[in-house]
Amino acid sequence: MFQSTYHRAGSVAEARALLDGAEEAKILAGGQTLLPTMKQGLAAPSDLVDLRGIAALRGVTVDGGSVTIGAMTTHAEVAAHDGLARLCPALAALAGGIGDPAVRHMGTIGGSVANNDPAADYPAALLALDAVVVTDAREIPAEEYFAGLFTTALDEGEIVTSVRFTAPGRAAYAKFPNPASRYAMVGVFVAKTGDDVRVAVTGAGEDGVFRHEGLEAALAADFSPAAVDGVEISGEGLMSDIHGGVDYRAQLIAVMAKRAVAAA
Amino acid sequence: MAEVTIKVNGAPVSRDVPDAMLLVEFLREELRLTGTHVGCDTSQCGACVVHLDGRAVKSCTTLAAQAYGAEVTTIEGLAAGEELHPMQRAFHENHGLQCGFCTPGMIMTGIDMVRRYRAAGQELDEAAIRHELEGNLCRCTGYHNIVKSIRQAAGEM
Repeated sequence: MFQSTYHRAGSVAEARALLDGAEEAKILAGGQTLLPTMKQGLAAPSDLVDLRGIAALRGVTVDGGSVTIGAMTTHAEVAAHDGLARLCPALAALAGGIGDPAVRHMGTIGGSVANNDPAADYPAALLALDAVVVTDAREIPAEEYFAGLFTTALDEGEIVTSVRFTAPGRAAYAKFPNPASRYAMVGVFVAKTGDDVRVAVTGAGEDGVFRHEGLEAALAADFSPAAVDGVEISGEGLMSDIHGGVDYRAQLIAVMAKRAVAAA
Repeated sequence: MAEVTIKVNGAPVSRDVPDAMLLVEFLREELRLTGTHVGCDTSQCGACVVHLDGRAVKSCTTLAAQAYGAEVTTIEGLAAGEELHPMQRAFHENHGLQCGFCTPGMIMTGIDMVRRYRAAGQELDEAAIRHELEGNLCRCTGYHNIVKSIRQAAGEM
């Protein structure tokens, strides 16, 4: 299929050394995006560093209101975690809606976050939950972490080890999946904690995931689906492609925001 | 070359294979277990679904090397001698296939969903089965008899 040297890392430090020592290495998390991308010839890493064997990167920890999800935790594991389902059911439901069951058994939160696909689900959750992306070197607030299409604040060879956030008071995610790919045409994650409301939109932005200040202000004043009606959703900066134009996506943002608020 | 030491259908297997060999290539070409099919090769269709440590995965989107240390079950590993697995028997009895190309993946996915729903104490009703089949495409049957087969097997497994 393709030429690439495979490495199985036993620890994060070993993975880092392997990445630093290779010409053009990529981390292999679950591989559900990377492997299809390699098959299409859109990526051709000289080396693959597999993190699957590092047990420390796996699992969900709930401590009071704080949630930490290891980077190699699969979507299926996030979706099925009892503690998370109680504390932040919106995120568990989001994970259970990624791809299909077989993809969810391999795909990981760390892989999704590191790839930052503009139509992926997790970036919207992390941004709306004001999460912190923890790497082997530092902690990066989601606000700074997501930096554009398939672009993040990660340095060369830096490894995402976990994602951490404080559970919101109320939250929900609503997405309109593309009928073929099942990626979000538009996905809106709404999180409310106290008087603070954060609204993050995926699938729609030319520069990837973004917060919608107009929706946040309106929902902070009145957390109801009707409050969305008064907000003008500008088409500026929205994506237009064969699946939908700017106006269509702007309309979907309003509809998904309403559904999310109603479900929160 | 990458070392692949796994159990396939209960039997230990160890091979040195090209680093980027897919699990489905390993099963079909190295082990000649050709019941696992390659349909779309783009992780859409599910004809390649096998169980990796008991969970359904797409073997066209998994490296053989990633399966290191794991147990893999393929369609060939389900029957006990001449006796078909309840899911296989249900597909046979309900005419859950026409051309049969997608069937191995459908059966592996069917078993996976029955086990998961049971473990979670959730009811696997018809709507749930249809939703769970999102990653498995059949271009012959229209799915009705596949759904019927999985419902029957769920009561027999």
